[in-house]
Amino acid sequence: MALRSFAGGTHPPEIKEATRGRPIRDLAPPDQLVVPMAQHIGRPATCAVKPGDTVARGQVIGEPAGFVSAAVHAPVSGKVKRVVQCNTPLGPACEAVLLENDGADIWAEGCNEPADPDGLSAQEVRERVQAAGIVGLGGATFPTHVKLTPPEGKAIDTVILNGCECEPYLTGDHRLMLESPHTVVQGLKLVLRAVGCTRGIVAVEANKPDAFQAMRKACAQRAEDGLDLAAQLLAVKYPQGAEKQLILALTGRETPSGGLPLDVGVVVQNVGTAHAVYEACAHARPLTERVVTVAGPGVGAPANLRARIGTPVRALLEACDWEESATRELVLGGPMMGVAHFDPDLPVNKGLSGILAFTDPTVFDHRHCIRCGRCVDGCPQRLVPSELSILVEAGRFEDARDADLLDCIECGVCTYVCPSRRPIVQWMKLAKDELARRRAREEAANRSGD
Amino acid sequence: MFDLTAFVIALLVTAGIGTALGLVLAWGGRRFHVETDPRIQQVEDALPGINCGACGYAGCAAYAEAIVSEGAPMSLCAPGGADTAHAVARVMGAEVEAAEPKLSVTCCQGGHVDMRFDYHGVQDCRAAHVAGQAGGRKACTYGCLGFGTCARACPFGAITMSPERIPVVDWDKCTGCGRCVEVCPRGLNRVDPESYYVFVLCQSHDKGAVVNKLCDRGCIACRRCEKACPFDAIHVIDNLAVIDYTKCTACGKCVEACPKNTIVSFRKQRRARKKAREQAAQAREGAA
Repeated sequence: MALRSFAGGTHPPEIKEATRGRPIRDLAPPDQLVVPMAQHIGRPATCAVKPGDTVARGQVIGEPAGFVSAAVHAPVSGKVKRVVQCNTPLGPACEAVLLENDGADIWAEGCNEPADPDGLSAQEVRERVQAAGIVGLGGATFPTHVKLTPPEGKAIDTVILNGCECEPYLTGDHRLMLESPHTVVQGLKLVLRAVGCTRGIVAVEANKPDAFQAMRKACAQRAEDGLDLAAQLLAVKYPQGAEKQLILALTGRETPSGGLPLDVGVVVQNVGTAHAVYEACAHARPLTERVVTVAGPGVGAPANLRARIGTPVRALLEACDWEESATRELVLGGPMMGVAHFDPDLPVNKGLSGILAFTDPTVFDHRHCIRCGRCVDGCPQRLVPSELSILVEAGRFEDARDADLLDCIECGVCTYVCPSRRPIVQWMKLAKDELARRRAREEAANRSGD
Repeated sequence: MFDLTAFVIALLVTAGIGTALGLVLAWGGRRFHVETDPRIQQVEDALPGINCGACGYAGCAAYAEAIVSEGAPMSLCAPGGADTAHAVARVMGAEVEAAEPKLSVTCCQGGHVDMRFDYHGVQDCRAAHVAGQAGGRKACTYGCLGFGTCARACPFGAITMSPERIPVVDWDKCTGCGRCVEVCPRGLNRVDPESYYVFVLCQSHDKGAVVNKLCDRGCIACRRCEKACPFDAIHVIDNLAVIDYTKCTACGKCVEACPKNTIVSFRKQRRARKKAREQAAQAREGAA
């Protein structure tokens, strides 16, 4: 039987061999950490400490600024040295707390204590997740407690745990599913309880048969009456792990334009997020660390590292035999959607899934669109990227919006397959940013006109 | 054999059809005649016809119609300037005080700022601004990105890029339409009346010490201009000197005081322009 998937997509080389066979290593926290206040979608957290304060691991150092925001916790015990401005991997510069690690790694009061996750009500699960500052660890960093609070009138019938990890190089989720399948399934059960539904699916791409078996076994062992837990194998195709494509493949439901998964009764969580939910509910551990894949030709010993939030990217690279002088480009995230960054002293944040060092990046000059249609065949959102790229290149942003530009998920398939090497995704991002700017300007004009 | 009858018949039939249709058109033209103000066309002819939109209307035709039927102000055409305003006024049979011309200024001189990384993406400031998550390739996150988006956007070819990749505005071509202001993702271009003489050519809100390291022409918020100003017209707000043009007399004290040559006076050039324009107006009156 053909495995389920979606229409479109592409097949980049996987390049996962280097790290998928190696267990996740714990990286010792460095002497100094920089913990950004903006690590999630929504308003940045408000800094809750001042220079000179002593903090314990798990203590709140950033209070959430509203509902769509997330708390930030101290990843180590130590002393607040300064409040600084820091660059972030995905987003503008923001406020950050410079922490000096005292090496004792003492947990704050109330943290790291065993709790009974089975006794929690839906509301309690949501509260714990919110207090633990958990966000989507797949990279989108949307605050998880918001996803676990479906608005009135939106019934959720399925929770999908996303273990596709369709980006090349990355194997963090793969290792997590292999090493801690039970915590992931326990996390899934907590998510199910929070959104009030019974059907949970763990989605795994077919290139991770060992992880699929582990998850299937764990689902069977953790089965409960009235719960329908299953692992599902999916075809290997990029971007299988994109939320809307995953929902389409598993349920046949198409998320409406401009809509959210909960409009079709589905909540999607990354497997790493489920793990973090379990940690928060069963051990009262806030989100202070995450698994990061360090790979690429520029590192001698690629690995998956469990690093504290706020550890400089440099420390992770150096733990993997980084050849700094040979590295010409650093990519944060996966190679398809990640962004190149120049500063190896950036801190690891909650959304950082991979650090890739490239020694010989190819720089392309783009040419005109030859209307070959490969991007049209590949676009998982069924847009016409060729047309959109031409409109944006000509500065016709409003026309691009009318051609459904805003449905673009920036997966990068169009740019990857384009024989003219056109930077289509970059144009999409530019156009979205420009449209947002124009809208803001219009709103400002309307306000002053009133 | 040549058949003359067939030729004549064909000629008559064609001529008959032509006459009949012509009569229908002539009748239709009268029957469905729409009364328009002939001045709309005349005003439109007086406008430059480049449809830049600087007047706030959809194009020259829309503006012409607005002038005639809605009584819109006659001096809104920035590209046309005084000459156009006078031509429009002649059509409308009114006198008009031409608006003071506006000119574009780019508030960055940071051509020598270090680059933090190589940028290989789309060669457009807006793309570079989005892509450089942390604020573009230049070490100064406020300064000009140098890809010339404003130069390409200018409908009048008034902006060229200097060898240091900073826009240079040719005021003889600049019409103050404001397109360059719209497209700059850093908000570095500004369009002001010609009578503004002194400008702070920096937009960096970084602390003085940071700017001092990054740029040889950036505002370091030293407040010397503030102290030098006899009219209380310049103040350092959020690490950047800002001029209050209602108080500024263009005396030039701040320009002298600025240790980084960030504050620049265009008094000489702009006065010369004004004088030339006044002479042209006089010549026009003399000719009329």
